Amino acid sequence: MTHTSRHTATTCLPIGSDADLAWVRQEVRQAAAELGFGLVQQTKLVTAASELARNTLIHGGGGRAEVTPLTGGPVLGLRVTFADSGPGIRDLEQAMTDGYTSGGGLGLGLSGARRLVQEFTIDSTPGQGTTVTVIAWANPMTRPRTGPR
Amino acid sequence: MNGLPSGSPAQVPVLALGSLLLVTLQGELYDGTAEQLQSDLTERIAHSHVTGVVIDISGVEIVDSFLGRILAEIASSARLLATRTVVAGMRPAVAITLVELGLTLPGLDTALDVERALALLGHGSAPAPSVPAWEDA
Repeated sequence: MTHTSRHTATTCLPIGSDADLAWVRQEVRQAAAELGFGLVQQTKLVTAASELARNTLIHGGGGRAEVTPLTGGPVLGLRVTFADSGPGIRDLEQAMTDGYTSGGGLGLGLSGARRLVQEFTIDSTPGQGTTVTVIAWANPMTRPRTGPR
Repeated sequence: MNGLPSGSPAQVPVLALGSLLLVTLQGELYDGTAEQLQSDLTERIAHSHVTGVVIDISGVEIVDSFLGRILAEIASSARLLATRTVVAGMRPAVAITLVELGLTLPGLDTALDVERALALLGHGSAPAPSVPAWEDA
């Protein structure tokens, strides 16, 4: 990452049940609102967080979410990291494909979440777990989009 | 943190309005609650003389692919049981997000609000709705 973060107040949330998914959504919504995200931007980020938190719960067997405000640069942002110690993903490219599913869903979780944020990184080691980090900026017009649309 | 997530994790009330069922979703909907609603609604449709279902989501702040799939599946099974489903009141930010997510919910009838949804189902004063494709043949 190119920015420096002054504010490092990270909130850590466990993901172990569907009630925890609701907690993650509320926490991300509140943090994004406090950073001045517009309603559409909030809705996109919360939706992406909901998809990724559910992946952590269902595919990763549970884990945690970390919500960190990024206030060190010229633009305010929010970073959300989802980490699990589950079976991991063998073929990341396949898992990122629209419509591919291993869990009976619609196959839009990963690929859809990537479209809803400005920055998306995924790191997975088979047998050891998966970490997905997303970043959204309060005013995306001032930063170029990364990754394919 | 400002208290527990709002909304009831227990059960979504289903209101009977003549031959229609009205469901109002609000706040945080747990996955288990949504799945429970799906089976409850389908049971009620199968065992009563319901001709239409209106699901009001104007109080829902996000629809992710899970809830989207539940809504689409409710409509699909209702259709197999000769009942039409209309999802009413989707917020603009939710609509924008669903499109970007890649979930456009084909086959799901929508209305801007409950009043228009009722009209679409032939229970209002608005102009008569066009005949839906599945009533053909």
